[in-house]
Amino acid sequence: MGLVDRLRQLRAKVPQDDLAGRTQALVVHGNEFGFDPFGLSKANLKYAITVARWLYRNYFRAQAFGIENVPGTGRVILVSNHSGQLPFDGLVIGAACFLEPPQPRLVRAMVEFFVPTVPFASYLFSRWGQITGTPENCRRLLAAEEAVLVFPEGARGISKPFSKRYQLADFGKGFMRLALETGAPIVPVAVIGAEEQAPAVNLKSVAKLFGMPSMPIVPYPPFVAPLPLPVKYRVYFGEPMTFTGDPDDDLDEQVKTVKHRIESMIHVGLREREHVFW
Amino acid sequence: MSSGDVITERSIPRPRKVVITGISGRFGRIVARRLHHELGWQIVGLDRRPMSGRPKDIELHQVDLRSKKARDVFRAGDVDALVHLGVMHDPRARPAEIYSWNITGTTKLLEYCQAYRVPKVVLLSSSNVYGPRPDNPQFLTEDAPLLAAQRFPEMRDLVEIDHMFSTFLWRARETETVILRPVHMVGPVHNAPSNYLRIPRPPVLLGFDPMVQLVHVDDVANAVALALAPGRRGIYNITGPGELPLSAILDELHREPRSIPHPLAKPVLSLAFALGISSFPVAELDFIRYVCMVDGRRAAAELGFRPRHGLRETIRAVDDPV
Repeated sequence: MGLVDRLRQLRAKVPQDDLAGRTQALVVHGNEFGFDPFGLSKANLKYAITVARWLYRNYFRAQAFGIENVPGTGRVILVSNHSGQLPFDGLVIGAACFLEPPQPRLVRAMVEFFVPTVPFASYLFSRWGQITGTPENCRRLLAAEEAVLVFPEGARGISKPFSKRYQLADFGKGFMRLALETGAPIVPVAVIGAEEQAPAVNLKSVAKLFGMPSMPIVPYPPFVAPLPLPVKYRVYFGEPMTFTGDPDDDLDEQVKTVKHRIESMIHVGLREREHVFW
Repeated sequence: MSSGDVITERSIPRPRKVVITGISGRFGRIVARRLHHELGWQIVGLDRRPMSGRPKDIELHQVDLRSKKARDVFRAGDVDALVHLGVMHDPRARPAEIYSWNITGTTKLLEYCQAYRVPKVVLLSSSNVYGPRPDNPQFLTEDAPLLAAQRFPEMRDLVEIDHMFSTFLWRARETETVILRPVHMVGPVHNAPSNYLRIPRPPVLLGFDPMVQLVHVDDVANAVALALAPGRRGIYNITGPGELPLSAILDELHREPRSIPHPLAKPVLSLAFALGISSFPVAELDFIRYVCMVDGRRAAAELGFRPRHGLRETIRAVDDPV
Protein backbone atom coordinates (compact mmCIF):
# COMPACT_ATOMS: atom_id res chain seq x y z
CA MET A 1 0.00 0.00 0.00
CA GLY A 2 1.34 3.42 -0.95
CA LEU A 3 1.71 6.26 1.46
CA VAL A 4 -1.12 8.27 -0.15
CA ASP A 5 -3.51 5.33 0.16
CA ARG A 6 -2.49 4.86 3.76
CA LEU A 7 -3.23 8.48 4.56
CA ARG A 8 -6.57 8.41 2.72
CA GLN A 9 -7.54 5.29 4.61
CA LEU A 10 -6.67 6.97 7.89
CA ARG A 11 -8.99 9.90 7.26
CA ALA A 12 -11.97 7.66 6.63
CA LYS A 13 -11.45 5.43 9.63
CA VAL A 14 -11.69 7.90 12.52
CA PRO A 15 -14.77 6.92 14.56
CA GLN A 16 -17.12 9.49 16.02
CA ASP A 17 -17.36 9.79 19.80
CA ASP A 18 -20.14 11.21 21.91
CA LEU A 19 -17.80 13.09 24.25
CA ALA A 20 -20.54 15.04 26.02
CA GLY A 21 -22.58 11.91 26.63
CA ARG A 22 -19.58 9.96 27.84
CA THR A 23 -18.50 12.76 30.17
CA GLN A 24 -22.05 12.81 31.51
CA ALA A 25 -21.95 9.07 32.12
CA LEU A 26 -18.67 9.27 34.01
CA VAL A 27 -18.96 8.54 37.72
CA VAL A 28 -17.37 11.43 39.68
CA HIS A 29 -17.82 11.74 43.45
CA GLY A 30 -18.08 15.53 43.32
CA ASN A 31 -19.36 17.99 45.91
CA GLU A 32 -21.92 20.76 45.29
CA PHE A 33 -19.26 22.68 43.33
CA GLY A 34 -18.49 19.64 41.17
CA PHE A 35 -15.04 18.87 42.58
CA ASP A 36 -14.06 15.50 43.95
CA PRO A 37 -11.68 15.32 46.95
CA PHE A 38 -8.68 15.16 44.62
CA GLY A 39 -9.71 18.20 42.60
CA LEU A 40 -11.24 16.43 39.62
CA SER A 41 -14.06 18.31 37.92
CA LYS A 42 -16.12 17.27 34.92
CA ALA A 43 -16.29 20.90 33.78
CA ASN A 44 -12.50 20.98 33.36
CA LEU A 45 -12.29 17.46 32.05
CA LYS A 46 -14.11 18.19 28.80
CA TYR A 47 -11.26 20.30 27.40
CA ALA A 48 -8.70 17.65 28.23
CA ILE A 49 -10.88 14.96 26.72
CA THR A 50 -11.27 16.84 23.44
CA VAL A 51 -7.48 17.02 23.08
CA ALA A 52 -6.96 13.48 24.32
CA ARG A 53 -9.51 12.15 21.84
CA TRP A 54 -7.79 13.91 18.96
CA LEU A 55 -4.42 12.47 19.99
CA TYR A 56 -5.93 9.03 20.51
CA ARG A 57 -8.00 8.84 17.33
CA ASN A 58 -6.17 11.06 14.85
CA TYR A 59 -2.56 11.46 15.87
CA PHE A 60 -1.72 8.07 17.34
CA ARG A 61 -4.63 6.21 15.61
CA ALA A 62 -4.73 4.04 18.69
CA GLN A 63 -6.29 0.61 18.83
CA ALA A 64 -7.40 -0.97 22.09
CA PHE A 65 -7.61 -4.73 22.54
CA GLY A 66 -9.30 -6.49 25.43
CA ILE A 67 -11.00 -3.39 26.79
CA GLU A 68 -13.66 -5.74 28.23
CA ASN A 69 -11.01 -6.78 30.75
CA VAL A 70 -11.31 -3.37 32.40
CA PRO A 71 -14.24 -3.73 34.82
CA GLY A 72 -16.95 -1.09 34.34
CA THR A 73 -17.20 -0.43 38.06
CA GLY A 74 -15.25 -1.23 41.19
CA ARG A 75 -11.68 -0.86 42.30
CA VAL A 76 -8.96 -1.92 39.87
CA ILE A 77 -5.25 -1.29 39.37
CA LEU A 78 -4.03 -0.99 35.79
CA VAL A 79 -0.34 -1.84 35.57
CA SER A 80 1.47 -0.90 32.37
CA ASN A 81 4.87 -0.63 30.75
CA HIS A 82 6.14 2.94 30.60
CA SER A 83 8.19 4.62 27.91
CA GLY A 84 8.48 7.45 25.44
CA GLN A 85 10.11 10.32 27.40
CA LEU A 86 6.72 12.03 27.84
CA PRO A 87 3.78 10.19 29.40
CA PHE A 88 1.57 9.94 26.31
CA ASP A 89 1.17 6.24 27.13
CA GLY A 90 -0.78 7.29 30.22
CA LEU A 91 -2.93 9.58 28.10
CA VAL A 92 -3.65 6.83 25.57
CA ILE A 93 -4.58 4.28 28.25
CA GLY A 94 -6.83 6.88 29.87
CA ALA A 95 -8.46 7.79 26.55
CA ALA A 96 -9.02 4.11 25.72
CA CYS A 97 -10.81 3.50 29.02
CA PHE A 98 -12.89 6.61 28.47
CA LEU A 99 -13.74 6.13 24.78
CA GLU A 100 -13.89 2.39 24.14
CA PRO A 101 -15.98 0.57 26.79
CA PRO A 102 -19.78 0.87 27.01
CA GLN A 103 -19.46 2.51 30.45
CA PRO A 104 -16.69 5.15 30.32
CA ARG A 105 -14.17 4.93 33.09
CA LEU A 106 -11.84 7.63 34.33
CA VAL A 107 -8.40 6.22 34.95
CA ARG A 108 -6.44 7.99 37.64
CA ALA A 109 -2.72 7.83 37.04
CA MET A 110 -0.13 8.23 39.74
CA VAL A 111 2.05 11.17 38.73
CA GLU A 112 5.57 12.04 39.84
CA PHE A 113 6.16 14.22 42.91
CA PHE A 114 7.68 17.04 40.87
CA VAL A 115 4.44 17.66 38.97
CA PRO A 116 2.84 19.67 41.80
CA THR A 117 5.79 22.07 41.64
CA VAL A 118 5.29 22.84 37.93
CA PRO A 119 3.03 25.83 37.20
CA PHE A 120 -0.26 24.91 35.46
CA ALA A 121 0.55 21.18 35.41
CA SER A 122 0.23 21.39 39.18
CA TYR A 123 -3.50 22.01 39.10
CA LEU A 124 -4.49 20.89 35.60
CA PHE A 125 -3.38 17.33 36.31
CA SER A 126 -5.51 17.32 39.42
CA ARG A 127 -8.56 18.79 37.60
CA TRP A 128 -8.24 15.95 35.12
CA GLY A 129 -8.20 13.35 37.85
CA GLN A 130 -4.48 12.60 37.96
CA ILE A 131 -3.00 12.34 41.41
CA THR A 132 0.32 12.59 43.19
CA GLY A 133 1.66 9.07 43.44
CA THR A 134 1.65 8.43 47.16
CA PRO A 135 0.47 5.07 48.50
CA GLU A 136 -2.06 6.87 50.74
CA ASN A 137 -3.69 8.52 47.73
CA CYS A 138 -3.84 5.23 45.88
CA ARG A 139 -5.35 3.45 48.87
CA ARG A 140 -7.98 6.14 49.26
CA LEU A 141 -8.99 6.00 45.59
CA LEU A 142 -9.21 2.22 45.59
CA ALA A 143 -11.35 2.38 48.72
CA ALA A 144 -13.63 4.72 46.73
CA GLU A 145 -13.85 2.03 44.00
CA GLU A 146 -11.84 3.97 41.42
CA ALA A 147 -9.50 2.79 38.67
CA VAL A 148 -5.86 3.58 39.30
CA LEU A 149 -3.08 3.44 36.71
CA VAL A 150 0.41 2.58 37.89
CA PHE A 151 3.66 2.47 35.95
CA PRO A 152 5.88 0.33 38.16
CA GLU A 153 8.91 1.16 36.01
CA GLY A 154 8.47 4.83 36.93
CA ALA A 155 11.14 7.23 35.74
CA ARG A 156 13.39 4.31 34.81
CA GLY A 157 10.82 3.32 32.20
CA ILE A 158 9.85 6.64 30.69
CA SER A 159 13.44 7.78 30.17
CA LYS A 160 14.74 4.54 28.66
CA PRO A 161 16.78 4.95 25.48
CA PHE A 162 15.68 3.59 22.08
CA SER A 163 18.11 0.67 22.38
CA LYS A 164 16.19 -0.61 25.42
CA ARG A 165 12.74 -0.44 23.79
CA TYR A 166 10.25 -3.09 24.91
CA GLN A 167 12.65 -4.28 27.58
CA LEU A 168 10.97 -3.75 30.90
CA ALA A 169 12.99 -1.92 33.53
CA ASP A 170 12.84 -3.01 37.18
CA PHE A 171 9.35 -2.97 38.63
CA GLY A 172 8.61 -1.22 41.90
CA LYS A 173 6.62 -3.32 44.36
CA GLY A 174 4.22 -0.66 45.65
CA PHE A 175 1.38 -1.64 43.33
CA MET A 176 1.42 -5.25 44.57
CA ARG A 177 1.36 -4.16 48.20
CA LEU A 178 -1.67 -1.98 47.43
CA ALA A 179 -3.39 -4.77 45.52
CA LEU A 180 -2.97 -7.12 48.47
CA GLU A 181 -4.07 -4.51 50.99
CA THR A 182 -7.16 -3.41 49.10
CA GLY A 183 -8.06 -6.66 47.33
CA ALA A 184 -8.14 -4.79 44.03
CA PRO A 185 -7.62 -6.87 40.87
CA ILE A 186 -4.67 -6.01 38.64
CA VAL A 187 -5.30 -5.52 34.92
CA PRO A 188 -1.98 -5.87 33.09
CA VAL A 189 -1.59 -3.43 30.20
CA ALA A 190 0.91 -3.56 27.33
CA VAL A 191 1.40 -0.42 25.30
CA ILE A 192 2.93 -0.90 21.85
CA GLY A 193 4.11 2.17 19.99
CA ALA A 194 5.08 4.51 22.81
CA GLU A 195 8.52 2.99 22.97
CA GLU A 196 9.26 4.37 19.49
CA GLN A 197 7.53 7.76 19.85
CA ALA A 198 10.71 9.55 20.95
CA PRO A 199 13.74 7.45 19.98
CA ALA A 200 16.29 8.75 22.43
CA VAL A 201 19.87 8.09 23.31
CA ASN A 202 20.96 8.39 26.88
CA LEU A 203 23.79 10.89 27.40
CA LYS A 204 25.20 9.35 30.54
CA SER A 205 27.98 11.88 31.00
CA VAL A 206 25.58 14.84 30.82
CA ALA A 207 23.20 13.09 33.21
CA LYS A 208 26.05 12.58 35.64
CA LEU A 209 27.05 16.22 35.33
CA PHE A 210 23.58 17.42 36.35
CA GLY A 211 23.06 14.64 38.88
CA MET A 212 20.06 13.29 36.97
CA PRO A 213 19.18 9.60 36.67
CA SER A 214 19.32 9.80 32.87
CA MET A 215 19.58 12.37 30.10
CA PRO A 216 17.55 11.22 27.10
CA ILE A 217 18.20 13.18 23.90
CA VAL A 218 16.29 12.68 20.64
CA PRO A 219 18.31 13.03 17.40
CA TYR A 220 16.06 15.80 15.99
CA PRO A 221 15.18 19.35 17.14
CA PRO A 222 14.41 20.42 19.79
CA PHE A 223 16.24 17.34 21.14
CA VAL A 224 14.31 17.00 24.38
CA ALA A 225 11.16 15.35 22.99
CA PRO A 226 8.31 17.78 23.62
CA LEU A 227 6.34 16.18 20.76
CA PRO A 228 6.20 12.49 20.04
CA LEU A 229 6.44 11.00 16.54
CA PRO A 230 3.04 9.97 15.09
CA VAL A 231 3.56 6.30 15.88
CA LYS A 232 0.58 3.96 15.92
CA TYR A 233 -0.44 2.94 19.43
CA ARG A 234 -1.75 -0.52 20.23
CA VAL A 235 -2.95 -1.01 23.77
CA TYR A 236 -3.56 -4.51 25.10
CA PHE A 237 -5.60 -4.97 28.27
CA GLY A 238 -5.03 -8.40 29.81
CA GLU A 239 -7.34 -10.47 31.95
CA PRO A 240 -7.61 -9.25 35.56
CA MET A 241 -5.23 -10.97 37.97
CA THR A 242 -6.06 -11.31 41.65
CA PHE A 243 -3.51 -11.96 44.33
CA THR A 244 -3.80 -12.93 47.96
CA GLY A 245 -1.17 -12.82 50.65
CA ASP A 246 0.46 -10.67 53.27
CA PRO A 247 1.32 -7.19 51.93
CA ASP A 248 4.39 -7.13 54.19
CA ASP A 249 5.94 -10.22 52.60
CA ASP A 250 8.70 -10.05 50.08
CA LEU A 251 6.55 -9.60 46.98
CA ASP A 252 9.15 -10.49 44.34
CA GLU A 253 7.30 -13.54 43.04
CA GLN A 254 3.92 -11.84 42.61
CA VAL A 255 5.53 -8.78 40.99
CA LYS A 256 7.45 -11.06 38.64
CA THR A 257 4.21 -12.80 37.64
CA VAL A 258 2.68 -9.48 36.57
CA LYS A 259 5.88 -8.43 34.83
CA HIS A 260 6.02 -11.68 32.86
CA ARG A 261 2.39 -11.31 31.86
CA ILE A 262 3.04 -7.82 30.53
CA GLU A 263 6.19 -9.04 28.76
CA SER A 264 4.29 -11.80 26.98
CA MET A 265 1.53 -9.36 26.01
CA ILE A 266 4.21 -7.07 24.57
CA HIS A 267 5.59 -9.96 22.51
CA VAL A 268 2.16 -10.76 21.12
CA GLY A 269 1.61 -7.09 20.33
CA LEU A 270 4.94 -6.75 18.56
CA ARG A 271 4.24 -9.88 16.50
CA GLU A 272 0.81 -8.65 15.49
CA ARG A 273 1.81 -5.22 14.29
CA GLU A 274 2.87 -4.63 10.70
CA HIS A 275 4.63 -1.33 11.11
CA VAL A 276 5.64 1.24 13.71
CA PHE A 277 3.60 3.98 12.03
CA TRP A 278 0.69 2.05 10.49
CA MET B 1 -22.78 15.69 68.07
CA SER B 2 -26.29 15.23 69.31
CA SER B 3 -28.05 17.79 71.46
CA GLY B 4 -28.56 14.97 73.97
CA ASP B 5 -24.93 15.34 75.11
CA VAL B 6 -25.53 18.98 75.90
CA ILE B 7 -28.41 18.34 78.25
CA THR B 8 -26.54 15.76 80.32
CA GLU B 9 -23.53 18.04 80.66
CA ARG B 10 -25.73 20.80 81.99
CA SER B 11 -27.20 18.62 84.70
CA ILE B 12 -23.92 18.37 86.65
CA PRO B 13 -24.49 20.22 89.98
CA ARG B 14 -21.44 22.53 90.32
CA PRO B 15 -20.80 24.45 87.13
CA ARG B 16 -17.55 23.15 85.78
CA LYS B 17 -14.78 25.69 85.55
CA VAL B 18 -12.76 26.17 82.37
CA VAL B 19 -9.79 28.44 81.90
CA ILE B 20 -9.59 29.87 78.41
CA THR B 21 -6.40 31.56 77.26
CA GLY B 22 -6.68 34.11 74.49
CA ILE B 23 -10.32 34.68 75.41
CA SER B 24 -10.32 38.29 74.26
CA GLY B 25 -9.75 37.35 70.64
CA ARG B 26 -12.77 36.93 68.43
CA PHE B 27 -12.52 33.17 68.41
CA GLY B 28 -11.95 33.17 72.18
CA ARG B 29 -15.20 35.02 72.62
CA ILE B 30 -17.05 32.60 70.35
CA VAL B 31 -15.75 29.63 72.37
CA ALA B 32 -16.53 31.34 75.68
CA ARG B 33 -20.07 32.14 74.57
CA ARG B 34 -20.65 28.57 73.41
CA LEU B 35 -19.30 26.97 76.60
CA HIS B 36 -20.93 29.46 78.92
CA HIS B 37 -24.39 30.03 77.47
CA GLU B 38 -25.05 26.69 75.86
CA LEU B 39 -23.15 24.28 78.07
CA GLY B 40 -23.21 26.11 81.41
CA TRP B 41 -19.48 26.17 82.08
CA GLN B 42 -18.02 28.70 84.46
CA ILE B 43 -15.52 30.67 82.41
CA VAL B 44 -12.22 32.13 83.54
CA GLY B 45 -10.38 34.08 80.87
CA LEU B 46 -6.63 34.59 80.67
CA ASP B 47 -5.51 37.27 78.26
CA ARG B 48 -3.30 40.32 78.25
CA ARG B 49 -5.91 42.20 76.26
CA PRO B 50 -9.16 43.57 77.66
CA MET B 51 -12.33 41.77 76.58
CA SER B 52 -14.83 44.18 75.13
CA GLY B 53 -18.49 43.51 75.92
CA ARG B 54 -17.59 40.94 78.58
CA PRO B 55 -20.64 39.50 80.37
CA LYS B 56 -20.45 40.02 84.14
CA ASP B 57 -20.36 36.32 84.90
CA ILE B 58 -17.23 35.76 82.83
CA GLU B 59 -14.12 36.26 84.94
CA LEU B 60 -11.15 37.80 83.14
CA HIS B 61 -7.59 37.94 84.40
CA GLN B 62 -5.60 40.41 82.38
CA VAL B 63 -2.23 38.83 83.06
CA ASP B 64 0.77 37.45 81.24
CA LEU B 65 0.78 33.63 81.09
CA ARG B 66 4.35 33.69 82.33
CA SER B 67 3.53 35.69 85.47
CA LYS B 68 2.78 34.47 88.98
CA LYS B 69 -0.72 35.85 88.71
CA ALA B 70 -1.53 33.35 86.01
CA ARG B 71 -0.52 30.57 88.39
CA ASP B 72 -2.91 31.92 91.02
CA VAL B 73 -5.82 31.20 88.69
CA PHE B 74 -5.05 27.48 89.02
CA ARG B 75 -3.98 27.43 92.67
CA ALA B 76 -7.39 26.87 94.21
CA GLY B 77 -7.37 23.51 92.46
CA ASP B 78 -10.94 23.85 91.21
CA VAL B 79 -10.16 24.20 87.51
CA ASP B 80 -11.81 21.41 85.54
CA ALA B 81 -10.32 22.20 82.15
CA LEU B 82 -7.92 24.40 80.25
CA VAL B 83 -8.59 25.51 76.69
CA HIS B 84 -5.42 26.98 75.22
CA LEU B 85 -6.27 29.33 72.39
CA GLY B 86 -3.61 31.86 73.25
CA VAL B 87 -1.02 30.86 70.65
CA MET B 88 0.23 34.17 69.33
CA HIS B 89 0.78 34.56 65.64
CA ASP B 90 1.46 38.10 64.56
CA PRO B 91 3.64 38.62 61.50
CA ARG B 92 4.32 42.19 62.57
CA ALA B 93 5.48 41.50 66.14
CA ARG B 94 9.08 40.80 67.17
CA PRO B 95 9.78 37.07 66.69
CA ALA B 96 11.73 36.79 69.97
CA GLU B 97 8.85 38.23 71.96
CA ILE B 98 6.33 35.92 70.27
CA TYR B 99 8.58 32.95 70.85
CA SER B 100 8.96 33.68 74.53
CA TRP B 101 5.23 34.30 74.95
CA ASN B 102 4.27 31.14 73.13
CA ILE B 103 6.84 28.68 74.37
CA THR B 104 7.46 29.92 77.90
CA GLY B 105 3.77 30.66 78.34
CA THR B 106 2.72 27.19 77.24
CA THR B 107 5.37 25.50 79.37
CA LYS B 108 4.07 27.38 82.40
CA LEU B 109 0.46 26.54 81.62
CA LEU B 110 1.22 22.84 81.40
CA GLU B 111 3.18 23.07 84.66
CA TYR B 112 0.18 24.61 86.42
CA CYS B 113 -2.13 21.97 84.96
CA GLN B 114 0.06 19.17 86.25
CA ALA B 115 0.74 20.78 89.66
CA TYR B 116 -2.93 21.53 90.34
CA ARG B 117 -4.33 18.37 88.70
CA VAL B 118 -6.42 19.87 85.94
CA PRO B 119 -8.20 16.82 84.51
CA LYS B 120 -8.57 18.12 80.93
CA VAL B 121 -6.45 20.28 78.64
CA VAL B 122 -7.38 21.20 75.08
CA LEU B 123 -5.01 22.84 72.61
CA LEU B 124 -6.23 24.60 69.53
CA SER B 125 -3.42 23.82 67.13
CA SER B 126 -3.85 23.88 63.34
CA SER B 127 -3.53 21.49 60.45
CA ASN B 128 -0.97 23.95 59.10
CA VAL B 129 1.56 22.20 61.36
CA TYR B 130 1.91 19.47 58.72
CA GLY B 131 3.05 22.05 56.19
CA PRO B 132 2.08 22.45 52.54
CA ARG B 133 4.37 20.28 50.43
CA PRO B 134 4.34 19.03 46.84
CA ASP B 135 4.70 15.41 47.96
CA ASN B 136 1.95 15.55 50.58
CA PRO B 137 -0.69 12.90 50.22
CA GLN B 138 -4.04 14.51 49.46
CA PHE B 139 -5.24 13.89 53.03
CA LEU B 140 -2.80 13.80 55.94
CA THR B 141 -3.69 11.78 59.01
CA GLU B 142 -2.84 12.69 62.61
CA ASP B 143 0.26 10.47 62.44
CA ALA B 144 1.91 12.52 59.69
CA PRO B 145 5.09 14.32 60.75
CA LEU B 146 4.80 18.04 61.53
CA LEU B 147 7.01 19.45 58.83
CA ALA B 148 5.74 23.02 58.60
CA ALA B 149 8.67 24.50 60.49
CA GLN B 150 11.11 23.06 57.98
CA ARG B 151 10.19 25.67 55.39
CA PHE B 152 8.67 28.42 57.54
CA PRO B 153 10.47 29.43 60.71
CA GLU B 154 7.30 31.42 61.49
CA MET B 155 5.42 28.18 62.01
CA ARG B 156 8.00 26.94 64.50
CA ASP B 157 6.15 28.13 67.60
CA LEU B 158 2.94 26.38 66.73
CA VAL B 159 4.73 23.14 65.82
CA GLU B 160 6.67 23.29 69.06
CA ILE B 161 3.54 23.92 71.15
CA ASP B 162 1.80 21.06 69.39
CA HIS B 163 4.75 18.81 70.26
CA MET B 164 4.69 20.02 73.87
CA PHE B 165 1.06 19.02 74.16
CA SER B 166 1.65 15.62 72.50
CA THR B 167 4.40 14.98 75.03
CA PHE B 168 2.05 16.06 77.78
CA LEU B 169 -0.59 13.69 76.39
CA TRP B 170 1.73 10.77 77.15
CA ARG B 171 3.48 12.15 80.23
CA ALA B 172 0.55 13.37 82.31
CA ARG B 173 -1.63 10.29 82.23
CA GLU B 174 -4.12 11.63 84.84
CA THR B 175 -4.90 14.54 82.55
CA GLU B 176 -6.93 14.05 79.39
CA THR B 177 -5.11 15.98 76.71
CA VAL B 178 -6.79 16.82 73.42
CA ILE B 179 -5.04 18.47 70.49
CA LEU B 180 -7.32 19.86 67.81
CA ARG B 181 -5.82 20.55 64.41
CA PRO B 182 -8.52 22.35 62.45
CA VAL B 183 -8.11 23.23 58.80
CA HIS B 184 -8.24 26.92 57.79
CA MET B 185 -10.77 28.50 60.14
CA VAL B 186 -12.98 31.11 58.55
CA GLY B 187 -15.68 33.40 59.81
CA PRO B 188 -15.95 36.70 61.63
CA VAL B 189 -12.42 36.45 63.03
CA HIS B 190 -9.05 38.02 62.30
CA ASN B 191 -6.83 35.11 61.32
CA ALA B 192 -4.62 34.56 58.29
CA PRO B 193 -7.08 32.60 56.09
CA SER B 194 -10.07 34.84 56.82
CA ASN B 195 -8.01 37.99 56.32
CA TYR B 196 -6.64 36.62 53.05
CA LEU B 197 -10.09 35.71 51.73
CA ARG B 198 -11.35 39.20 52.60
CA ILE B 199 -8.81 40.92 50.33
CA PRO B 200 -10.78 42.20 47.30
CA ARG B 201 -7.91 41.43 44.92
CA PRO B 202 -5.91 38.71 46.69
CA PRO B 203 -2.55 37.59 45.34
CA VAL B 204 -2.47 34.10 43.85
CA LEU B 205 0.39 32.23 42.21
CA LEU B 206 0.23 31.92 38.44
CA GLY B 207 -0.34 28.30 37.48
CA PHE B 208 -1.10 27.09 41.00
CA ASP B 209 -4.53 26.40 42.39
CA PRO B 210 -4.33 23.96 45.29
CA MET B 211 -7.26 22.21 46.86
CA VAL B 212 -8.12 23.88 50.15
CA GLN B 213 -10.22 22.93 53.17
CA LEU B 214 -12.09 25.51 55.22
CA VAL B 215 -14.04 25.12 58.43
CA HIS B 216 -16.46 27.55 60.03
CA VAL B 217 -15.24 29.00 63.34
CA ASP B 218 -18.52 28.01 65.00
CA ASP B 219 -17.88 24.40 64.02
CA VAL B 220 -14.42 24.58 65.60
CA ALA B 221 -15.97 26.02 68.77
CA ASN B 222 -18.24 23.00 68.71
CA ALA B 223 -15.22 20.72 68.35
CA VAL B 224 -13.71 22.37 71.45
CA ALA B 225 -16.93 21.66 73.34
CA LEU B 226 -16.84 18.02 72.22
CA ALA B 227 -13.20 17.71 73.26
CA LEU B 228 -14.13 18.83 76.78
CA ALA B 229 -16.45 15.89 77.31
CA PRO B 230 -14.99 13.41 79.80
CA GLY B 231 -13.11 10.42 78.44
CA ARG B 232 -11.87 12.08 75.26
CA ARG B 233 -8.15 12.34 74.71
CA GLY B 234 -5.92 12.34 71.68
CA ILE B 235 -5.04 14.25 68.55
CA TYR B 236 -7.76 15.17 66.08
CA ASN B 237 -7.79 16.82 62.69
CA ILE B 238 -10.91 18.96 62.39
CA THR B 239 -12.22 19.26 58.85
CA GLY B 240 -15.02 21.31 57.40
CA PRO B 241 -17.69 20.48 54.87
CA GLY B 242 -15.40 19.64 51.94
CA GLU B 243 -12.52 20.49 49.67
CA LEU B 244 -12.36 23.07 46.90
CA PRO B 245 -9.73 24.63 44.67
CA LEU B 246 -8.66 28.04 45.95
CA SER B 247 -9.98 29.61 42.72
CA ALA B 248 -13.49 28.25 43.30
CA ILE B 249 -13.53 29.77 46.79
CA LEU B 250 -12.38 33.15 45.46
CA ASP B 251 -15.04 32.91 42.71
CA GLU B 252 -17.74 32.21 45.24
CA LEU B 253 -16.67 35.35 47.13
CA HIS B 254 -16.49 37.39 43.87
CA ARG B 255 -12.85 38.23 44.45
CA GLU B 256 -10.57 39.27 41.60
CA PRO B 257 -7.31 37.46 42.21
CA ARG B 258 -4.05 38.89 40.93
CA SER B 259 -1.78 36.21 39.52
CA ILE B 260 1.90 36.57 40.28
CA PRO B 261 4.49 34.21 38.75
CA HIS B 262 5.86 32.25 41.68
CA PRO B 263 9.54 33.22 41.24
CA LEU B 264 8.48 36.88 41.57
CA ALA B 265 5.98 36.40 44.36
CA LYS B 266 8.47 36.27 47.20
CA PRO B 267 10.35 39.50 46.42
CA VAL B 268 7.19 41.38 45.39
CA LEU B 269 5.19 40.41 48.45
CA SER B 270 8.15 40.92 50.82
CA LEU B 271 8.47 44.45 49.52
CA ALA B 272 4.73 45.08 49.78
CA PHE B 273 4.77 43.70 53.31
CA ALA B 274 7.72 45.88 54.32
CA LEU B 275 5.98 48.96 52.89
CA GLY B 276 2.78 48.08 54.67
CA ILE B 277 0.82 47.77 51.40
CA SER B 278 0.02 44.12 51.93
CA SER B 279 -0.31 42.12 55.11
CA PHE B 280 0.19 38.80 53.36
CA PRO B 281 2.94 36.94 55.23
CA VAL B 282 5.44 35.78 52.63
CA ALA B 283 6.22 32.65 54.59
CA GLU B 284 2.70 31.46 53.97
CA LEU B 285 2.97 31.56 50.17
CA ASP B 286 3.24 27.79 50.00
CA PHE B 287 -0.26 27.54 51.44
CA ILE B 288 -1.57 28.96 48.16
CA ARG B 289 0.80 26.76 46.17
CA TYR B 290 0.73 23.20 47.53
CA VAL B 291 -1.87 21.04 49.22
CA CYS B 292 -2.00 20.74 52.97
CA MET B 293 -5.27 18.92 53.52
CA VAL B 294 -6.14 16.55 56.31
CA ASP B 295 -8.27 13.52 56.97
CA GLY B 296 -10.93 14.27 59.58
CA ARG B 297 -12.29 10.75 60.01
CA ARG B 298 -10.82 10.22 63.46
CA ALA B 299 -12.61 13.27 64.90
CA ALA B 300 -15.84 12.10 63.29
CA ALA B 301 -15.51 8.60 64.75
CA GLU B 302 -14.15 9.37 68.21
CA LEU B 303 -15.38 12.89 69.02
CA GLY B 304 -18.58 12.59 67.03
CA PHE B 305 -17.67 15.82 65.26
CA ARG B 306 -19.64 16.89 62.17
CA PRO B 307 -19.47 20.37 60.67
CA ARG B 308 -22.88 22.00 60.81
CA HIS B 309 -22.15 24.61 58.19
CA GLY B 310 -22.26 23.68 54.52
CA LEU B 311 -19.55 24.46 51.98
CA ARG B 312 -21.12 27.63 50.57
CA GLU B 313 -22.13 28.87 54.00
CA THR B 314 -18.64 28.32 55.36
CA ILE B 315 -17.01 30.22 52.50
CA ARG B 316 -19.42 33.13 52.79
CA ALA B 317 -18.83 33.35 56.55
CA VAL B 318 -15.63 35.35 55.88
CA ASP B 319 -17.84 38.25 54.81
CA ASP B 320 -19.89 38.14 58.03
CA PRO B 321 -19.43 41.41 59.95
CA VAL B 322 -16.45 41.01 62.26
